[in-house]
Amino acid sequence: MQFGLNESQEILKQNARQFFAGECPMTEVRRLAESKQPYDPALWSKMAAQGYTGVIFPEKYDGLGLGNVELILLMEEAGRALLPGPFWSTVALAGAVIDAVASDAQKTKYLARICRGEARSTLALLEAGASWDLGDAKLIAANGKLTGEKLFVLDADVADFILVAAPSGVFLAEAQAPGLCITPMPALDLTRRFSAVQFKDTPAEKLGDGTNLIRALNIATAALVAEMVGGMQRVLDLTVDYAKMRKQFGKPIGTFQAVQHPCADMYLETESSRSAAYYAAWALEHDAPDAAAATSIAKMYASDACRAVGNRSIQVHGGNGFAWENDLHLYYRRAKASETMLGDATFHRERIARLVIDPVPTSCGGNDRSSR
Amino acid sequence: MDLNLTSEEMQFRDELRSWLTGNVPTDWAERREESLESRFEYLRAWQRKLFEGGWAGVSWPRKYGGRGANLMQQVIFWQEMALASAPPMANTLGLGLIGPTIIAFGTEKQKTRYLAKILSAEEIWCQGFSEPNAGSDLASLQTEARLDGDSYLVNGLKTWNSYGWIADWCELVVRTDPNVPKHKGLTVLLVDMTSPGISVRPLRQITGESEFAEVSFRDVRVPVENVVGNVNQGWDVAIGTLMHERGTFGAGLQITFRRNMERLIELAGQLQRNGKSAAQDPLIRQKLAQCYAEIEVMRWNQMRAFSRINATGVPGPEGSIQKIFWSELNQRLQQVAQELLGPYGQLEGVSPHSVDKGTWAYGYLRSRGNTIEAGTSEIQRNIIGHFVLGLPRSY
Repeated sequence: MQFGLNESQEILKQNARQFFAGECPMTEVRRLAESKQPYDPALWSKMAAQGYTGVIFPEKYDGLGLGNVELILLMEEAGRALLPGPFWSTVALAGAVIDAVASDAQKTKYLARICRGEARSTLALLEAGASWDLGDAKLIAANGKLTGEKLFVLDADVADFILVAAPSGVFLAEAQAPGLCITPMPALDLTRRFSAVQFKDTPAEKLGDGTNLIRALNIATAALVAEMVGGMQRVLDLTVDYAKMRKQFGKPIGTFQAVQHPCADMYLETESSRSAAYYAAWALEHDAPDAAAATSIAKMYASDACRAVGNRSIQVHGGNGFAWENDLHLYYRRAKASETMLGDATFHRERIARLVIDPVPTSCGGNDRSSR
Repeated sequence: MDLNLTSEEMQFRDELRSWLTGNVPTDWAERREESLESRFEYLRAWQRKLFEGGWAGVSWPRKYGGRGANLMQQVIFWQEMALASAPPMANTLGLGLIGPTIIAFGTEKQKTRYLAKILSAEEIWCQGFSEPNAGSDLASLQTEARLDGDSYLVNGLKTWNSYGWIADWCELVVRTDPNVPKHKGLTVLLVDMTSPGISVRPLRQITGESEFAEVSFRDVRVPVENVVGNVNQGWDVAIGTLMHERGTFGAGLQITFRRNMERLIELAGQLQRNGKSAAQDPLIRQKLAQCYAEIEVMRWNQMRAFSRINATGVPGPEGSIQKIFWSELNQRLQQVAQELLGPYGQLEGVSPHSVDKGTWAYGYLRSRGNTIEAGTSEIQRNIIGHFVLGLPRSY
């Protein structure tokens, strides 16, 4: 048992950090945030050339055939760089769903395009009720056609094809398909955007029933947590640097415990989220009995932690943390979007409760008096 | 990264599991209302049994009574103990802190003399660190040791000694040179608690129990061979102990936390809220799930930390997050227990209506100490701020 990265994982992570630092510096993030579509095709091709777009998918579909741990290391570094665009939605979400539910022929057709960097995609899940419970989807799928509306579809505006969760299974619609209409839903996150997607008798291909969908969503969730961890780490680093440099009362504000302690809390929250993300990724990879619970625990913990880290960070930065010119708010906006994506802490606590409270354990412990 | 057990670890786990199946006592939970002393003797007997089975010091060297395994097997040990609902061991400080300190800094003679008896719980250990005027600012301690022939003469007053009331030995930090900066004049001594000149006064604490003691030293003779590490370099030794206290000590706590969590879930099924089972109440579910999740996150943090220590050899300052995590988690867990139990949470064990013989009322009060003992949460955050994040010293 070894809960740390092995040498090749360490190298992958370091390379990804250098890659994103070089190819996607904050000036580029800001440029994309202010552009019409926060996505850069040239950068996407470079990521595909690195194999990032096919990291967890089988080699027969032109993927790298690596594991979930490798995926979350890439996501962590993408999160640190605040990579704009559809990396998570294409690879960790849509790609994982295709890999889990589709036929071999469909994977050759769609997943391979994702691996080679030729296509971007996403999953349309939520409807007007904004419920993350898969059972609440109502969109009508009949005779190979979809009718209804999906909301909060991440990166739909840059997707080549869109996966759709319907009561009868998972479908795939080409972005250019007739009756499909994408409307922006302007929101907090400037680097990754929501759309409303309307379907009216839109032809769609069924990829499979929903049986394995939850497993794919768990992989996407663990990957999202890792991306949040990368963001938290960057925000912590920026905050510590600022506390060392900013002087008041004649000394760096980081000298004061009132500033040190929130930094220590940010460290604790970031490291704990990282432990949870890594554990969940590993548990999913190995179909561990606690994989579903571990995923929800990770998303629950990180959802609250990333908000707390952002709050503390802005407070330590004082007025500078409130300024548009400071990069913090770009991370803070992404953090809020990620907090709710695939269920916030409250949603996942209920999922945990269903897994661990409802089947009441039979063993009887009792409060041990030895409290330490 | 590989959380699968190696074949060696698997063999270790299976062997341990089968031993635990045949040996874990089932009546620990029924001992709740017994006295501190009687519960201690129960745990001492349990530790003795573990020792005889070869399980008391998994990561300690074989020649001193340990199993010679690595830290990851130690992690597996605590996880299996938790799964088996095993009681904790008696000689907590000896096992978690003082033994590892002697292994790291002690002489061969000291290792041979002390380690096996720590493991067997034949000799119980306490720590003489805090003083009435040296708490968080430990290095300002005043208890002095003057060299007199081939022994030191110790004078001073120590306080908040856990297990002081029963300990046979004490890891004592003393000032051996008052004329140098405060961190540079300290030395660590191993002191026989039966030495003439030692008197122990129980400290009655917030719970009504006397788990801690005040220990006074009056011309107590300690042979020079009982110095651990080098004279006047005791700060390094003490910090080594404290790093263990913060970094690795928490691993055993998952046993207690997990038992408490399981019991709370069970109780939720028996209590009523808004016309239905409390286990179906959305807010209670949220709170129980939060605690359950945090216990898991604590376990994963520890697994990561142990892997790092296994690679580097020593616990580092980042261990302070483990201390903050478990102490604050236990306070939250005890508060959730109070919310779940409502007025039952306050009942003392003597009440025929009490739940679990009053231990939730006890646990609620006892948990306040968690964020103070072993370095306050504020000190832990200072350590992270300065030693981990590199912020300037605040004092």
